[in-house]
Amino acid sequence: MRERRVADYSALPDYGFGPKSPMWWGTLGFCALEGMGFAIACATYLYLAFVNPEWPINARPPDLLAGTLVTILLLASVVPNHILKAAAERESIRAVRIWMPVMSAFGAAPLVLRWFEFGMLNIRWDSNAYGSAVWVLLGLHTTHLITDVGDTLVLAALMWTRFGRSGKRFSDVSDNAFYWDFVVLTWLPLYVLIYWVPRL
Amino acid sequence: MTAEAPPLDREIRDRDLDDAALRAALARTWATRSSLSGWIGEVDHKRIALRFVLTALFFLLLGGSAALVMRLQLARPESGLIGPDLYNQLFSMHGTTMMFLFAVPVMETIGLYFVPLMVGARQVAFPRLVNFAYWMFLFGGLMLWIAFLLNTGADTGWFSYVPLSSLQYSPTKRVDFWAQMVTFTEVSSLAVAVSLIVTVLKHRAPGMTLDRIPLFVWAEFVNAFVIMFAMPSVMIASTLLILDRLVETRFFETSAGGDALLWQHLFWFFGHPEVYIIFIPGTGMVSAIIATFATRPVFGYVPLVLALIATGFLSFGLWVHHMFATGLPKLGESFFTASSMLIAVPSGIQIFCWIATLWGGRPRFHTPLLFVLGFVFIFVAGGMTGVMVASVPIDLQVHDTFFVVAHFHYVLIGGAVFPLLGAIYYWFPKVTGRLMSERLGAWNFGLAFAGFNLAFFPMHILGLQGMPRRVYTYPAELGWGGLNLLATTGALMFAASFALLVVNAVTSYRSGRAAGSNPWGAGTLEWATASPPPPYNFALTPLVTSREPLWSERTALPVVTGLRVDRRETFVTSPAEARPELRDMAVEPSIWPFVAALFSGLTLFGSIYTPWAVVAGSPFIAAALVGWFWPKSAKEE
Ligand code: HEM
Repeated sequence: MRERRVADYSALPDYGFGPKSPMWWGTLGFCALEGMGFAIACATYLYLAFVNPEWPINARPPDLLAGTLVTILLLASVVPNHILKAAAERESIRAVRIWMPVMSAFGAAPLVLRWFEFGMLNIRWDSNAYGSAVWVLLGLHTTHLITDVGDTLVLAALMWTRFGRSGKRFSDVSDNAFYWDFVVLTWLPLYVLIYWVPRL
Repeated sequence: MTAEAPPLDREIRDRDLDDAALRAALARTWATRSSLSGWIGEVDHKRIALRFVLTALFFLLLGGSAALVMRLQLARPESGLIGPDLYNQLFSMHGTTMMFLFAVPVMETIGLYFVPLMVGARQVAFPRLVNFAYWMFLFGGLMLWIAFLLNTGADTGWFSYVPLSSLQYSPTKRVDFWAQMVTFTEVSSLAVAVSLIVTVLKHRAPGMTLDRIPLFVWAEFVNAFVIMFAMPSVMIASTLLILDRLVETRFFETSAGGDALLWQHLFWFFGHPEVYIIFIPGTGMVSAIIATFATRPVFGYVPLVLALIATGFLSFGLWVHHMFATGLPKLGESFFTASSMLIAVPSGIQIFCWIATLWGGRPRFHTPLLFVLGFVFIFVAGGMTGVMVASVPIDLQVHDTFFVVAHFHYVLIGGAVFPLLGAIYYWFPKVTGRLMSERLGAWNFGLAFAGFNLAFFPMHILGLQGMPRRVYTYPAELGWGGLNLLATTGALMFAASFALLVVNAVTSYRSGRAAGSNPWGAGTLEWATASPPPPYNFALTPLVTSREPLWSERTALPVVTGLRVDRRETFVTSPAEARPELRDMAVEPSIWPFVAALFSGLTLFGSIYTPWAVVAGSPFIAAALVGWFWPKSAKEE
């Protein structure tokens, strides 16, 4: 079929932030499917709690200290995260180069505490179904944390190279920050399930 | 004609080039190097999709062969062809292969080929992710079948119920291979789903508002959402199963507070939508084919879209309904049947609209349309037996018998395989540039239709006579021999129809009539470009002004300019109105997705034997991912 040129869009930008960028939608898609995975894992926990007359089974509830510290840290990290996001959207390379490492640290610190969290669960994964459920919930979120921290570190390194200055990179940083909010958000129901439901 | 392509050391826009120079420049920019690294690092959605589809058809061959061996065994009473252990593996391998390795991937990845073309895009969103998905799919499927050849084939049915699949009752590695295969294929389907969703939302050609999206694209779009919300459940399920088996968690172990029904909940939360994941794209194919061969726009576009969306929601809603309305769920095959009950409403709307379209048009009975008519017939019959099974007295009578086997093959083969065959005949000329033989096509259809009914209709009667499913043989006194022989004959005929399809495809690929860009006179955008389409799909992006651009723009297709041609650029548009927003960089080929899939595969495989495989494999996967995301040249920016 013949073609008829009717419009020219040369003036469009070659990157954009938020819903303009396909990557933002991709990130949202992964949030949705991972969120679904978390929802199913939580439902599994609740189901097991529901069918067992005793919950937790043969165990003291987990100690609160490490888990609560993680929660506080994660909630606090939202502030620098949004400073970073704003810096990326302003395309300020200086601010991004400072705040990326800060956010990497905010990601790594809960991972250190996480090590102690497993110890404070007061049960092994193979003791009974309750133990299995809490270990898997905590394990899932740990995997989530590790992958996002890894991602953040790589991106932080990238921002210090010559590739850092491109607009697309800033958009990536902004999406990464958006994903971090999601990582924080998914933790909150898990925290309630792991630490407070056994105390009901 | 070889046009002189301009040098690449500066920014070049398409608007500055005439047609020949434009195509030459695009060909150079979008070509995949013909080397090993180019091949495994492919990012052209068409080539990846073609690999997906051919691989899935290969698995259809394997799954079909397993079915034929079962049918040969059942052809006469007390047959000694194969024993119970192999029979267990065969029906499990057959069911698993058909559902996870054939039906879901083939229906989803036909979309991977045609969705971008139909929305006027140059590429899918995240092509590297899609390439990763292909390799994961391939590795998972091969793993399952190689294990089978080593006598470690899945043998607990395609839904592997606990406690049968627990370590206690299945001490060998058979179940572990099954469970890990699930993870491979679901990762793959999920990745493709995200890519398709973003392609539809962000890569539609300017002007393609929501109400101008082709119905096939709508179907794949809705389907991708169903995948996105259904598959995580089965991934969690299979992971918990393997954890129970490998590191002694207690999820399904009743004596330690676990629960066997938990497995069924998790599995069917996925397993129920699964049937629609197979069926929804099929309806999209039907809509596309009917419009083209009725030579008119589909009657009832809006109701059809709403029916698709309703089906998507119902596929989950039904599970919930099942849970709350009946207390403890009576699971298993009844899911298949209940699905046919509730789906009646949107299905009825769809069938009505299709028939009205044919009625009001001038139908041309080419092979694709024949398969569609076969679909309507079989699907309606399957729906009727569905309503039958859903009534309690009959259900008690036929539960776990061949009646159920007959029923779900009517639904699955009618709802998916017939539309798929129609789609193959319909789009073959686009993919290869050549038409398939109509004469062989008619034979192909006739043999498939007759063979299918001959194979599966008698199973209804056998079921009513009480023949249970999943048994490897039966005594002669029961008098089931005759109908079983008939069913086996039909199965062989059905198989022969596929042989005919292969013959037709191969000979037509070699020497079929040249198709040209739009052999059927269809209206959607995939027919605007050459057959086979060039790597960049469209030299200039179409501007869409109606639902069937090729029917409304009879003389010349309106197109837009503005993209650079010295690097891979494509338009990004807004989700609802498809207003142009960005000129986006499309990625270059990369071997890293392959490497990441390889390491992920080895890790999953190793984890069948030791949990430390995860620890050992993770750094490699991480390194591959860094390679994947690290930009290679300034041009990629
Ligand atoms: C080539 C034609 C086919 C034939 C001859 C065939 C035949 C059979 C037979 C004999 C069984 C086992 C019955 C039993 O003993 O329980 C079976 C089971 C099954 N088939 Fe097919 N089949 C065919 C195609 C398909 C297709 C295309 C699909 C899916 C898209 C499919 C899905 C299934 C499933 C899910 C099962 C149940 C497996 C289980 O019990 O775990 N089949 N089929």
